[in-house]
Amino acid sequence: MVLKAFFPTCCVSVDSGLLVGRWVPEHSSAVVLAVLHFPFIPIQVKQLLAQVRQASQVGVAVLGTWCHCRQEPEESLGRFLEGLGAVFPHEPWLQLRRERGGTFWSCAVTHRQAPAAPRAPGEDQVMLIFYDQRQVLLSQLHPPTVLPDRQAGATPASTGGLAAVFDTVARSELLFRSDRFDEGPVRLSHWQSEGVEASILAELARRASGPVCLLLASLLSLVSAVGACRVFRLWPLSFLGSKLSTCEQLRHRLEHLTLIFSTRKAENSAQLMRKANTVASVLLDVALGLTLLSWLHGRSRIGHLADALVPVADVSGLGTASCRLYCLKIHGLSSLWRLFRGKKWNVLRQRVDSCSYDLDQLFIGTLLFTILLFLLPTTALYYLVFTLLRLLVVAVQGLIHLLVDLINSLPLYSLGLRLCRPYRLAAGVKFRVLQHEAGRPLRLLMQINPLPYSRVMHTYRLPSCGCHPKDSWGALCRKLFFGELIYPWRQRGDKQD
Amino acid sequence: MEDERSFSDICGGRLALQRRYYSPSCREFCLSCPRLSLRSLTAVTCTVWLAAYGLFTLCENSMILSAAIFITLLGLLGYLHFVKIDQETLLIIDSLGIQMTSSYASGKESTTFIEMGKVKDIVINEAIYMQKVIYYLCILLKDPVEPHRISQVSAKPRLDCLIEVYRSCQEILAHQKATSTSP
Repeated sequence: MVLKAFFPTCCVSVDSGLLVGRWVPEHSSAVVLAVLHFPFIPIQVKQLLAQVRQASQVGVAVLGTWCHCRQEPEESLGRFLEGLGAVFPHEPWLQLRRERGGTFWSCAVTHRQAPAAPRAPGEDQVMLIFYDQRQVLLSQLHPPTVLPDRQAGATPASTGGLAAVFDTVARSELLFRSDRFDEGPVRLSHWQSEGVEASILAELARRASGPVCLLLASLLSLVSAVGACRVFRLWPLSFLGSKLSTCEQLRHRLEHLTLIFSTRKAENSAQLMRKANTVASVLLDVALGLTLLSWLHGRSRIGHLADALVPVADVSGLGTASCRLYCLKIHGLSSLWRLFRGKKWNVLRQRVDSCSYDLDQLFIGTLLFTILLFLLPTTALYYLVFTLLRLLVVAVQGLIHLLVDLINSLPLYSLGLRLCRPYRLAAGVKFRVLQHEAGRPLRLLMQINPLPYSRVMHTYRLPSCGCHPKDSWGALCRKLFFGELIYPWRQRGDKQD
Repeated sequence: MEDERSFSDICGGRLALQRRYYSPSCREFCLSCPRLSLRSLTAVTCTVWLAAYGLFTLCENSMILSAAIFITLLGLLGYLHFVKIDQETLLIIDSLGIQMTSSYASGKESTTFIEMGKVKDIVINEAIYMQKVIYYLCILLKDPVEPHRISQVSAKPRLDCLIEVYRSCQEILAHQKATSTSP
């Protein structure tokens, strides 16, 4: 296989030195993490690498040499570089060379041992893939591949080569801790060698979060203990609590706040995103609430709203009355129609049976049937008008429920991250072929392919109340025709009417 | 090494296939679709505006005219950004994977990269769509959930163009299989 050398873009113009990184034999790829400059003491280098290997469980080793010089290297430098191969034994030994100011590179791979099987011609070709170290370190691949083996260097062969690269860079944080201002034994070049990235605000927040979380978690447990006491189980408070959507929302938010201020650290990145999204959702809720309150408060808008909603109450009352009347009439009509035909509804057997009626029963029955039939158009019209109005009210109520659901489950933090730092959420990678010259190794640039917005929403949406209408369209129409009252937007978990 | 040939798609429009051989293990195929024609654009705009003017003479509301202009502009922007594909590229790199890029008329590029470990084979498949028989290049994956991926979805080239691309891809896949089996 062609040997793939992943080289960080930050090290493209640094001085000559040793290549430090990880070799993945299954995919024949060498992930270069940093460049170690001359002068160095081999013992100290080996100590540092052993330290990094133990702390990060990544098989970091010296992979080869990097030569960035003015012209072709002189004899002595060439022999010196080859001699290093004996000090740091690694199979295969990579030698990358670049002229100062030149665009094209030259690569060579040397194998110390004789190969077990004869190699095909062109096997020792090298392909250079440049990657942005900071972006690859901070990004997270979706779907997340679980790498169970955490022993040094062991990766299951079934995982993709790119997941191994991302994993290697993410786990080698210890190697990137030192910068060029540190007085350490070795001098490394990597993405943080110009100065370690840090933020005062983030550090202060981290220190303060411990005690604050503890305090708020205890307060919240007190509140939930009060809320769970027996007083609220009795009627009428429990009835109010289940009917008012404010109480539902309060309960929902209490759960969210308990999640945010829990003292357990998030184990993986999915939980961290869930926490961050919950924080954003709570803040949005508070902001929307304050805006709504200030809007309602000004210019007695509450009064206007109350005036507008009074006719709705009238409609609802009249609508229920006409609905019941219509329902009774339809039942009466259907029963008398059965009498007309000489049949009866058998309640025990739940079916229609034949029955012999007396003459006077038949006479009264036919009379009542005629009366009800001729009164039907009037009742039906009343029912139609009031049901249409009531459907309008129910539709508006449903829309509001949907809107609340949407706002509750929107993952704001993830969407903001996708907008402002698209490399953090990666769906994959994309490659671009850089300027190529025949006879030179192929150079590619690897960039992060960000996750599309639809997948961000799908992966990170918060769990919501999930109030979907219980009835399908057909059942709804049937209920409307027979005059049963409809409540399509019941919350899940409510008792049936 | 780069060369360009001209083919035609199933509707008779002209397609240009550009092939770049970077190295024996890396090849790129770039298919350029026919551009947006001024004639169809003018026709659609005139139809929409005539309909709006007809509504305006019925309703005497000038909002209809502004709405028609707004709709035309938004529709054109949406079409250029989401629908009209300018160029489709297939980059196949031995031992890394296959990358498919679609670049839209507004400059947006959407890329998909499939690792070589997941690719089972590349085939030409034929599909019967209404009254037409369409050939397309299909990448078979080892994934049981989504066993195939379609490439060149928008520019529908004819069989001769697909055969060119298919032959080159099979050369690289054969080379890759030969080198991966040897230790």
